[in-house]
Amino acid sequence: MSGPPSSAPRKPGLALWLPLALFAAFLALVVWGLLRPDNREVASTFIGKPIPAFDLPPASADRPGLTRAQFVGGKPRLLNIFASWCGPCAVEAPQLAQLAAAGAEIDGVAIRDRKDDLARFLAANGNPFARIGQDDLSKVQIGIGSSGVPETFVVDARGVIRYQHIGAIMPDDVPMILGKLKEAGQ
Amino acid sequence: MKRSRFILAAGAALVLPLAPLVAQDSMPPAPYAYRQLPDPAQEAKAQALMETLRCLKCQSQSIADSDASMAGDMRNEVRTRIAAGEQPEAIRQWLIDRYGDYVSYTPQVKPLTWPLFAAPAVFLALAALLLRGRFRRANLRKDKP
Repeated sequence: MSGPPSSAPRKPGLALWLPLALFAAFLALVVWGLLRPDNREVASTFIGKPIPAFDLPPASADRPGLTRAQFVGGKPRLLNIFASWCGPCAVEAPQLAQLAAAGAEIDGVAIRDRKDDLARFLAANGNPFARIGQDDLSKVQIGIGSSGVPETFVVDARGVIRYQHIGAIMPDDVPMILGKLKEAGQ
Repeated sequence: MKRSRFILAAGAALVLPLAPLVAQDSMPPAPYAYRQLPDPAQEAKAQALMETLRCLKCQSQSIADSDASMAGDMRNEVRTRIAAGEQPEAIRQWLIDRYGDYVSYTPQVKPLTWPLFAAPAVFLALAALLLRGRFRRANLRKDKP
């Protein structure tokens, strides 16, 4: 089992520490993975791209439906993906009202929603929407890379998606969203 | 009278905390969420693709596995596109364009992922190199004495 007789057995050098170093590196990776804050949000990779063509029927009696054409021309708009069955959507309703009061134009896409449920939801939480499209197959949602409700997109006057906000808009987020709208208008 | 009111209150106490948990839509599933395509060859293609796409609601499941309504809508999207003659890999790319690589369970060859594909070849080459050294030394020993 010994090497060639001419060469003396080599002293174990750094190689001896290699397994321990590898183990330490693996352990560090595990600890990093455990301590890193958990983030299950899937961000859209469709930012900077024009919203795809769609034509949604009206979801409520007193607001028109929603098409892609309505995003082109005019000024930057907010596209709010929501549903009456979604708890956080009611939480963000006051903030949407605040945004609308500050001059933001908000269009809604109601995901898999019934007309009467939606009417009740809007009556209870307010209706900041200029238009509400009814999306029973999550077509628009999947088409722009949104993975849940509520999500809010800033769409500029050329119909290009500029920003995605995942989850409910909290009071602290309002100035930031208004800033993004302004940015999209420049 | 009193008892029935008690039962009502107890029932409400049981149900109320559950309310946020059952926050889900009551709409019927999308047409092709649970229905197979009439053409078995197309359905097989769709099924194979759906098993390698991630459900974004329940992120350790594929959309083929998940009962989330969004997974149903994604199955509907995949099946209608397959039925329209679209290639599975084109549909995968369409989704990756929207959700990033995370939506696909099948890794794509990219600058970031090439080591994944190169590693087997590198290990084979390394093994060949080591074995060559060993055999050479063994031959030397055989020749010497």
